[in-house]
Amino acid sequence: MIEARNLKKGFGTQPVLDGVSFRIENGESVAIIGRSGCGKSVLLKHLIGLLQPDAGEVLIDSENIVPMNERQLLRVRRKFGMVFQGSALFDSMTVAENVAFGLRRHEHLTETEIARRVAETLEMVDLPGTETKNPAELSGGMRKRVGLARAIVYEPQIVLYDEPTTGLDPIMSDSIDQLMLRVRDRLKVTTVVVTHDMRTARRVGQRVLMMHDKKIYASGAPDDFFASRDPVVRQFIDGVADPKETPF
Amino acid sequence: MIYSAKQRVTESLAGLGRFTWLAKEALASLVTFKVAWRDLLYQVYFIGVKSQAVVLVTGAFTGMVLAAQTYYQFHKVKMDTATLAVVGVSLCDELGPVLTGLMVAGRVGAAIAAELGTMRVTEQIDALRTLATHPVDYLVVPRIAAGHIALPLLTIESICVGIGASYLVGVYLLGIDATYSWVNMLRYTHDVDVMIGLIKAFVYGGLIALISCYKGLTCRLGAEGVGRATTEAAVYSSITILITNFFLTLVLGKIASLL
Repeated sequence: MIEARNLKKGFGTQPVLDGVSFRIENGESVAIIGRSGCGKSVLLKHLIGLLQPDAGEVLIDSENIVPMNERQLLRVRRKFGMVFQGSALFDSMTVAENVAFGLRRHEHLTETEIARRVAETLEMVDLPGTETKNPAELSGGMRKRVGLARAIVYEPQIVLYDEPTTGLDPIMSDSIDQLMLRVRDRLKVTTVVVTHDMRTARRVGQRVLMMHDKKIYASGAPDDFFASRDPVVRQFIDGVADPKETPF
Repeated sequence: MIYSAKQRVTESLAGLGRFTWLAKEALASLVTFKVAWRDLLYQVYFIGVKSQAVVLVTGAFTGMVLAAQTYYQFHKVKMDTATLAVVGVSLCDELGPVLTGLMVAGRVGAAIAAELGTMRVTEQIDALRTLATHPVDYLVVPRIAAGHIALPLLTIESICVGIGASYLVGVYLLGIDATYSWVNMLRYTHDVDVMIGLIKAFVYGGLIALISCYKGLTCRLGAEGVGRATTEAAVYSSITILITNFFLTLVLGKIASLL
């Protein structure tokens, strides 16, 4: 279970989160949407302790992680897998070494067992036989899949996705959406997806949270949410620029 | 203007605090031995083996220049055969460790800061943290340990090559008597001189790695941030070596005089 209570965060004089609260149950799949720069990724990073809030609490399985130091957080982070917007693959390692990283660091497995788990996970993300490739040789979509394989190889309880389909073509985006659903259903993980891709939010989220004005502005099941008549929600869903805003 | 000065002082103090925190974390990780051997060996190779060419060239030419300069001065007072003695003591106590440190700071310090800075910019360090791996354990400690191991070994090489090169210049080029030169060098260069040099090199190795890691881990985002971190790593490491050398010379010299 993930719970955020009255989270506040600012960078310099610029507030980004101002009293964000929500709760995500085990096994639930939630999409967090909002305009670019509204603080979605900042919020996601708070959930895994990559950023510390100025005020508020983040509870993971009822344990507040905000007062924890970096070493105490390592224990909590073993419950998580995270897929980054730019994949964040270790460029000095091969695909297999990237995927095996978490296994090698934390589980006492033989090299044969590690190789088997890596091959299985790469198969799951539709990248079989790419073990010896370097990240530089991969396309954007392949890098996202390797990032996902690295995040799920040690079977975490929670998987966080930061803009998983940004920068991908519609077909590749669809393929990543299906992959997220496959991982969710096969591994029974709690899924949190930060996105501004409406199709991804609708397909992957069992619940949609919308951030606006530094807070959670709206929340609901995808069907209810996408049928909303609230002008702010409607404007975002329909992708209509504010007519009062002058472009030049 | 007052605000700007106050802000700069605050930023400097905050930077000092972060550096101290990094040093404390690295020390705690070193003593609890959380180092991965494979990473440590690779870093020893990167810092030690790959720096040999530059260190050997520096050592050889420093020894040759020192021999020539000393000979020209000593020749005036008929002390030609003391040339190698001066070269030996100078290389062991000061020039060997300091010049090796400066060369490694330029080559390795910049490379470490650039690598870690790029990792920070591309979120690879955040990825490490999400994989329940402490960046200090994985990135900083192997580099510091490798610096402590590699620098003394490089310094020994540099001193040996420097003395060998100075012998060749002194004896075969300048015509100093080989036997007297060698005997005088052994007579005035003591074990303690070699020890002082190795202790200094050990300290510089750790300092170069620590400063460079700090610069890389705290660099500003973007290409400019990485570039600045790279430059600062080399410059700050070099300045720190020169300042530390003065204090180490005083302290180690005092201890040596008591032995």
